[in-house]
Amino acid sequence: MRGIAFDVAHMLAGSLVLVSFIQLYQDRLMALINVFAAHALVLAASVAWQAFVQDAPHLYLTAVIALVFKAIVIPAALHRIIVKLGIHREIETVVGVGPTMLLGIGLVALSMVVMLRVTADADPLAREDLAFALSVILLGLLMMVTRRNAVSQVIGFMSLENGLVLAATGAKGMPLVVEISVAFSVLIAFIVIGIFLFRIRERFDTVDMQALDRFRGERR
Amino acid sequence: MVVYALYSVAALLALAPIAILLGASARATVAVYGLSLVVTLILVIIALLSLFGYTTASSSVTLPLGLPWLGAHFRIDAVAAFFLVVVNLGGAAASLFALGYGRHEHSPQRVLPFYPVYLAAMNLVLMADDAFSFLVSWEFMSLTSWALVIAHHQLRENLRAGYIYLLMASFGTLALLLSFGLLAGPDGNYAFDAIRASHPSTGLAALVLILTIVGAGSKAGLVPLHAWLPLAHPAAPSHVSALMSGVMTKVAVYGFVRIVFDLLGTPAWWWSIVVLAVGGITAVMGVLYALMQRDLKRVLAYSTIENIGIIFAALGLALAFKAYGMPLAAALALTSGLFHVFNHSLFKSLLFFGAGAVLNATGTRDMEKLGGLIHRMPHTSFVFLVGCVAISALPPLNGFVSEWLTFQAILLSPQLPSWGLKLMVPAVGALLALSAALAAACFVRAFGFTFLGRARSTVASGAKETDGFSLAAMYFLAAACLIAGIVPGLFIDALAPVVQSLVGGRMPVQTGVEWMSIVPIAESRSSYNGLLLMAFMIISGMIAAFAIHRLASDKLRRGPAWGCGYPDPSQATQYTADSFAQPIRRVFGTVVFRAREIGDMPPPGSTAPARLTVELRDLIWDTLYAPIALGVAFAAERLNHLQFLTIRSYLSLVFAALVFLLLVLAIWP
Repeated sequence: MRGIAFDVAHMLAGSLVLVSFIQLYQDRLMALINVFAAHALVLAASVAWQAFVQDAPHLYLTAVIALVFKAIVIPAALHRIIVKLGIHREIETVVGVGPTMLLGIGLVALSMVVMLRVTADADPLAREDLAFALSVILLGLLMMVTRRNAVSQVIGFMSLENGLVLAATGAKGMPLVVEISVAFSVLIAFIVIGIFLFRIRERFDTVDMQALDRFRGERR
Repeated sequence: MVVYALYSVAALLALAPIAILLGASARATVAVYGLSLVVTLILVIIALLSLFGYTTASSSVTLPLGLPWLGAHFRIDAVAAFFLVVVNLGGAAASLFALGYGRHEHSPQRVLPFYPVYLAAMNLVLMADDAFSFLVSWEFMSLTSWALVIAHHQLRENLRAGYIYLLMASFGTLALLLSFGLLAGPDGNYAFDAIRASHPSTGLAALVLILTIVGAGSKAGLVPLHAWLPLAHPAAPSHVSALMSGVMTKVAVYGFVRIVFDLLGTPAWWWSIVVLAVGGITAVMGVLYALMQRDLKRVLAYSTIENIGIIFAALGLALAFKAYGMPLAAALALTSGLFHVFNHSLFKSLLFFGAGAVLNATGTRDMEKLGGLIHRMPHTSFVFLVGCVAISALPPLNGFVSEWLTFQAILLSPQLPSWGLKLMVPAVGALLALSAALAAACFVRAFGFTFLGRARSTVASGAKETDGFSLAAMYFLAAACLIAGIVPGLFIDALAPVVQSLVGGRMPVQTGVEWMSIVPIAESRSSYNGLLLMAFMIISGMIAAFAIHRLASDKLRRGPAWGCGYPDPSQATQYTADSFAQPIRRVFGTVVFRAREIGDMPPPGSTAPARLTVELRDLIWDTLYAPIALGVAFAAERLNHLQFLTIRSYLSLVFAALVFLLLVLAIWP
């Protein structure tokens, strides 16, 4: 049991990192949203496995939240938004795919080195989990930095939050309240950002962040 | 006991919402100051009971506040009890004074909510038994007093004073924060018990000492960290000025004593050199600044700096004796310092109350516009005179006793084994003697030009005596000054447990000495008897007065109108405060302040008036503060464009910072 529990958890967390990488090179918004749904799906599976392994039924609730909101509701809503905004065929790149992937690999290596050093005497399951979670967080941040479309920045932010949930569930004894509040805060953030997207769109006819920069008179 | 004290503090805190609810009504003034008076008196009793050990109840309590793994520890030991007496006695007097004075406040809703909280915060600093509670209370004290400083925000200079005060207070708290951080060590043992048990290495302890001098010293007003004090203390309403000058600086002294004498363990001998030097320089600089001022409240504020210097010199001496394992001498030095803390809180509050009464009656603090108030405000002038005599360290009042004890301790310095200290302590003693003499001149000036002579303006000639509450508070403090001067033995004995706990020794018991004398070391060496001295002064004064009346010609004489110009009907021909200070300005000011006198004599035949302009420069401000301000302005100018980056640039910055920190973590050995 011990061996397989570890292996499956390891595999699921690793897949989350993998999906994060897949996210990184999606340059079409529609595909990006689909990958994000997959990201949330993997997260839900991982959390559910943790719930099973740790024998912590409240984590199932977290898994359900992740599944319902992040894998279904939010992607569906984002689909509607980009269709409404008419940007579902748009292609956006700021930094090329190659350098982004290289940076991502570097970040994963960095988070491994840091986490494995810092948590030398922790439970190996939590240890690996934390390392993967940090990688997911960093990749989410990287995505926010390398994209210039507001929608993809939102997705970057939410995949970053998935990493946080992974870290929270990997460590034993995280109270449910924390998870629920995190989930809701993301939901609210999503709503706020959605509203902002439409406001930006109304004003500037685009959700490309560069338009905002140009509007502020920034030199490029 | 500490539980009751905390309840009282909670009562003070609860007064703030009441004050807000009552707003600017007259009832609010009475309610807030009346209740503050009651609560501070209760706190005085609690502190006295703790100090004299009449209670066996547990004096330590931990509340589930603050840091979750630490809680908020509160404790009243002898040191805290003594300072609680000082704070709450001053608080009670200020509340009593404000019952009358506060009625003239034009916007009481800006003062009332903060006043009780300020008192509560000072009490909490004294009771705190862990670094976190201490710092939170300390900062709370700074912020509430800042709010009181800018209560009269219509004046630009008050806003500037508040701004500088806020900066300096934050800076001081930062220094204290670092010092506690070093004391707590890598494990974060913030409880004072744990800090006491740990023994920091020599280098670390030295760093903590410096940080504490900077942190507590900036609040106390040590030169050169004093810049905010003479701006902020006079800006507040007078009863708050009294609290800030008389009481809050003492809380700062408490912070220093708590860390350096209690938490830091055995001192190294050279620590005392730093403290002594800073104390001596502060004393002289403070009084020199005071002599140059025309603003009555600013004179008092600078004189606070001088007294803080004296206290720190005494503390430095105590450190020296403690470092060389001379508990008796250390006890003498520390007792003199703490006794001066008590005394200064009494007479400085008294003087600020007097200045407040004068300000209320005339609307001005400028001594050149006052004068002759002794005829219009006889009671205020009398108590102000008592305060002046006390602060000038003249017998038989209390200021003399504590300064005399300080000099007794200085006279013990030849017993110190270190040659550096043997040479240095007498030099500091000379500085203190100089500052004592200058302080006397300063208060002759403050009293003389405010209360004596003829009124220099119409506001001064139309002044009315102040109200009963204010007078009651001032008479109470004046009486306290007299009592502490006549029977200092009682106070020295009361300080014994405090001193015992800090330096491991105490002064000889004084209450048994005949005729209520005090004998600091040995009968053969020196003794002082305030009562006898007062009796002698009264009797000799009466004999002199009698003799003058009897033997001098009592024939009525009428002088001619050309008697040296004095009977000139213009008040402007009187001796002025600036002219009184001129000799001292010429002797010291040319070096210390770059004082220059520019005489502007009109050509012969012209009817234009001749002018004498005096230029003073604050060298400490020019060399220390002005460059810092320039540097900050320059850096702000340079970094300004960081405010206008794009969202992605900000995100990239955050991201880069995070990755950088992770890299550091990964590479760190």
